[in-house]
Amino acid sequence: MTAEILEIDVVDRAIIAATQGGLPLVPRPYDAIGDGVGLSGAEVRARMQEMLKSGIIRRIGAVPNHYKLGFSANGMTVWDVADEQISDLGKKVGALEFVSHCYHRPRHAPHWPYNMFAMVHGKNREEVESHAQEIAKILGSAVKGSDIIYSKRILKKTGLRISV
Amino acid sequence: MFETDKKLLNNYQRDFPLVPRPYAEIGKQLGLSEGEVIENFSHHIESKTISRIGAVVKNGTIGASTLAAMKVPQEKLIDVAKIVSSFDEVNHNYEREHNFNLWFVITAPSEARLQEVLSEIEAKTKITPINLPMVRDYHLDLGFKISW
Repeated sequence: MTAEILEIDVVDRAIIAATQGGLPLVPRPYDAIGDGVGLSGAEVRARMQEMLKSGIIRRIGAVPNHYKLGFSANGMTVWDVADEQISDLGKKVGALEFVSHCYHRPRHAPHWPYNMFAMVHGKNREEVESHAQEIAKILGSAVKGSDIIYSKRILKKTGLRISV
Repeated sequence: MFETDKKLLNNYQRDFPLVPRPYAEIGKQLGLSEGEVIENFSHHIESKTISRIGAVVKNGTIGASTLAAMKVPQEKLIDVAKIVSSFDEVNHNYEREHNFNLWFVITAPSEARLQEVLSEIEAKTKITPINLPMVRDYHLDLGFKISW
């Protein structure tokens, strides 16, 4: 039940690792990345372009911080969706503007009946709840149960660590 | 918020220019100098409205990862959370309002190491985490529209 692990070469891995802290805010950021991994800026850009094309990199750009932008109520909405319909419905939920992550995950009966996770962002809990109702409408009779789980405290949050 | 600021945040969440001087290119599009673009982005990163300018990598591309959750008795929460957070492979650890009150993300170079971390957490805390690895990602990541 684990997502497939795509193999990528060590150079691409090094470029990804070097960009995880953010693209340097200098006039020639790709040259700066290249300096760290032993490539020219042009090679870095060509490799990043390739990774965009193959889907390893989903996008390059400014990564917004929902919390600081006033969307301070984040609710992890969880749903028990009929297996034969989760694929079609998941795509619809994943396309909603207020959903930042939408995943199919395994159930763990009997303690954990939910198989779909959609992270919903709102300015307050009322807004999160009205967004959850929109999701419920899309899921219709395919959903048997749901919950909204709010975060109470961030105990650890670090960037992705990649061993090269 | 100024019009150019909005554009800076909304228009460059994807398709950030892959050219030798991307900030100069953005400046050309918005009528700013290269220095002004760098300064504006720096300001947004300092004030944390954006966390970084970077490459968002597809899940599962660079190792194995999972979401795990545990039901921790409230009086033990801090101690258990400390044990969980002590693993380098745990990069997010949240207390949430639910029976399952501790939620964390594990990212490891291999599936074997990921399973090892889960087992070690169980051995040290005497609580069995539920393992919720992604089966499928349904989100179309088009960035986040900031409207105000």
